[in-house]
Amino acid sequence: MNKEKLKIAFYWAASCGGCEIAVLDLNEKILDVIQLADIVFWPVAMDIKYKDVEAMPDKYIDICFFNGSIRNSEQEHMAKLLRQKAKVLVAFGSCAHEGCIPGLANLHNRKEIFATVYLKSTSVSNQNGVVPQPETTVKEGTLRIPEFYDTVKTLGQTVDVDYYLPGCPPPVKLIANAVDAIANNALPPKGSVLAPLKSVCDECPRKKENKKISKIYRVYEKTPEPERCLLEQGILCMGPATRSGCGAQCLTVDMPCTGCGGPCPNAPEQGAAMISALASILGLEEEKDKYSNEDVEQLLSQIKDPVGTFYMYSLPSSILGRKVMK
Amino acid sequence: MKEILIDPITRLEGHGNISIFLNEQGEVENVYLKIPELRGFEQFCVGRRAELMPLLTTRICGVCPVAHHFASVKALDAAFNVEPPSAAKKLRELMYAAYFIYDHTLHFYYLGGPDFVVGPDAPPEKRNILGVIEKAGLDIGKEVIKHRAYGQKMTEFIGGKATHPVCGLPGGVSKPLSEENRAEIGRMAESSVKFAQFSLKLFHDIVLGNTKYVDLIKSQSYTLKTNYMGLVDENNKVNFYDGKVRVVDQNAKEILKFEPKEYLNHVAEHVEPWSYAKMPYLKKVGWKGLVDGADSGIYRVGPLGRLNTADGMATPLAQAEYELMYKTLGGKPVHNTLAFHWARLIELQYAAERALELAKDPEITSKDVRAKPGEPGEGVGIVEAARGTLIHHYVLDKDALMKDVNLIVATTNNYPAICMSVRDAAKGLIHGDKVDQGVLNMVEMAFRAYDPCFGCATHYAVGQMPLIIKIYDSERKLLKTVSR
Repeated sequence: MNKEKLKIAFYWAASCGGCEIAVLDLNEKILDVIQLADIVFWPVAMDIKYKDVEAMPDKYIDICFFNGSIRNSEQEHMAKLLRQKAKVLVAFGSCAHEGCIPGLANLHNRKEIFATVYLKSTSVSNQNGVVPQPETTVKEGTLRIPEFYDTVKTLGQTVDVDYYLPGCPPPVKLIANAVDAIANNALPPKGSVLAPLKSVCDECPRKKENKKISKIYRVYEKTPEPERCLLEQGILCMGPATRSGCGAQCLTVDMPCTGCGGPCPNAPEQGAAMISALASILGLEEEKDKYSNEDVEQLLSQIKDPVGTFYMYSLPSSILGRKVMK
Repeated sequence: MKEILIDPITRLEGHGNISIFLNEQGEVENVYLKIPELRGFEQFCVGRRAELMPLLTTRICGVCPVAHHFASVKALDAAFNVEPPSAAKKLRELMYAAYFIYDHTLHFYYLGGPDFVVGPDAPPEKRNILGVIEKAGLDIGKEVIKHRAYGQKMTEFIGGKATHPVCGLPGGVSKPLSEENRAEIGRMAESSVKFAQFSLKLFHDIVLGNTKYVDLIKSQSYTLKTNYMGLVDENNKVNFYDGKVRVVDQNAKEILKFEPKEYLNHVAEHVEPWSYAKMPYLKKVGWKGLVDGADSGIYRVGPLGRLNTADGMATPLAQAEYELMYKTLGGKPVHNTLAFHWARLIELQYAAERALELAKDPEITSKDVRAKPGEPGEGVGIVEAARGTLIHHYVLDKDALMKDVNLIVATTNNYPAICMSVRDAAKGLIHGDKVDQGVLNMVEMAFRAYDPCFGCATHYAVGQMPLIIKIYDSERKLLKTVSR
C-alpha cells in the first residue's frame, strides 16, 4: 500500500493548552500519527508560518483539529481561514465544542470583565483607570493587541464544523479512536460527535439502587460510600446528562461528574436534561401529588448557582447562550 | 523610528507579541512584549459554588492544572477554616511532586533544552524535541517520553485525571491512596530519581562542558539584577506546596517573609494599556517602571527565583547540585537568566526525590484524608507552580458561593522581568536591520528561559515559536522580512 500521506493541522484558539497535552498523552501512539500523516501546521510545534497557511490552496489540509473557543478578533480570523483551507474541520475538546468553563464569561460582558480585572481587583494599583486598548500610542510608535469580544462563541457558531471531539480535555481513548477512524477512512456522517452513544452513568461502575433522595449535599459536606451511585447519596453528579467516553474517570476518585463530555446524543440541552434527571431522583416526577409547590421550591433551592452547575461547560452552545446585558 | 515586530504567526492567546523600536542610529530604543490574551476568570468565577473553584481554575492552564488545583484548594482550606489531616497534605504534596516531574521534563526536553542540546544557532528545523532525540539518541527519547508519562500517571492515581484533576476538597482530598497505587507510584518515582540524575549529567556534558554556552549564560545580555520570591519551608529550603513566602533583594538578603494571607501588604499590580497582562511589583519599593538594580521593585519567580530565595534544597542529590551551581556561577544570587534551565533540572531532581520519600511514607495510605470544613469566609492559597509563585485569594458568601476572586499567576509575577530580559537581549544583539535567524533565536532565548506561560497555551511546544520579524522604516515602509 503506497497511499499518499494525510495532511493534518493542529490549531488552538482561546484554550488552556490541555488539549495539546492530551495529544501528547497519546505517548507512543503519536508515532502512529506521524506514520499516517504529515503535520502541515502546528504553531509553536512546527516551523510553518501563518503566511504559509494563507498561501495554501483551499482544502489543502485533509483534517484540521481545532481546539479553543472564539474570544477575540484574531481567533475568529484563524477559524475562518482554517475552515477555508481544510477539507475536514474537527472541533477538538470542550471549548471548541461547547465553550467550556471560559464560556461562563458569557454571564458578563467586556466592560464588567475589564472593570473587575483591571480596576477593582484587590491587588491592582491603577489610579488612572487604565484598561487595555486594541491600539496604544507610545512615544516610539503604535502598539496593537487583538480586540476582546463581549461574547465567547464556539467554533460551530463561527464556522461550519464537520466533527466534534468532546471532553475537557478529550479522553486519550477517543483521540486514538478518531485517529484510527481517519486511518481506515471510517469516519461517521458529517456532524457526528466522535464519542460513544452512551451517558457517563452507562460507563460508571457504581451501584444504582433506584433510591430517591430528599437532600442534596455539596461534595465537601459528605464522604460518600465508595461503591454506590453518588447521585443516590445526594451528591449532585452530571453523569445522567453527560456523554461518555471518559470511563467515568472522576468517579474513580469518588468525585462526581461535572459534565465536561457535553450532552448525551438525544438530549442536546445538557442543563435541561440534568434538571429533568434530578426531578426524577428527587421523586418530583412520580409523586407529584405528595409535594406542594413549596416543597418543590425548597428541594430545588438547595441547588446553588444552577447556571454555573448545569451549564458549567456548555453555556455558549446552550439555548441560554449568554446573559442579556442591560 | 523603525519598528521590528516579532510576531508569532498566530498572534492570539497564548502568545506574546514583541515590538522592537530602533532609533535613527539603528540601535534598539525600546521593546514591548505584549500579551494578547484575557479570559476573565476573576469575573466569571464570582457566583459559582466555592467547591468548584479547584475545577474552574484548572482551566486557566492545561499544562499546570495541578498548581491551580492546589492553590485553589489551599485557599478553600483557609476560607473554610479547616486544617487537612496530615495524610491528605502528604498526598497533595506527592501529587504536586509528580506534576513537577512531568512539567520540568516537558520544558527541558521539548522547549528550552533544544537551544542548548542542539545549539542556539543550529538550523531551526533541528531545534526541537526531534533534534534532541537525534543528538542524544532514540533510547533517550524513549526515556523522556516515559518519564513525562510517569509524571502524568502518578498524578492520575491521586487526582483522577492528570489534566484537570478533581481530588481536591476543602479539608483534604477525596479518596485515600490504595496500597497497589502507592507501590506503582514508588516504582515510577524511583525511576524518575535516576532520570533526573541522567538529565543533569546531560546538562553538564552538553552545556557546562562547552565554554561557549557558559560564556553565553554569564553574558550581560542575559543578566538582570532583580529581587527574587519563592515559598520556603521552616528551614528556608525550597518548597513547592507549602510554607511562607520569602523575598530576597538583589544581594540575596532577605527583605520579606510573610504568610500567604498577608500578600496584599507586599505585592501590588500595575496596568499598561498595551497588554492584557498586569505587572506585579513589591509595594515597599513601589512601581518604578521596567528597571532592575538596587531601586527596583521588580522580582523574579520560578526555578531560579526559588533557588535564589531559599537557603538550599531539602533532599540530598538536589542539595549537592544546588551547591555546585552556585559554586560554578559565582555565589548567590545568580542573576543570569539562562541559569533558569539549570535551576529547573535541580528542581526536577528534588521533585523526584521528594516523590520517592512520600511514596515510602507509611502514612501515605492512611484512610484519614478528610477533615470537616467550618463556616465559609475568606482565604488565600499560595503554591509554587513550575513557573513560580501562584496566588489564589477568595471571598465566600454565607452560602459558600464565590463573592470575590483575585489571582496572581506565576508568569504574571515574571512578566515585568521577562519584558526587561527581552529588551536587554535585543539591545545587546540587534544593531541596525541586520537581523538574522540566529539573532532572533537569541532574543527568544531570553524569554524561553522563564518557560513562560502566556495565556497557558504557549509553553507546550515541540520546538520553537515560528516567527516573522518585519522591519519598517520611519514611514512604516517595509524594509525587510525575516521569517522562519
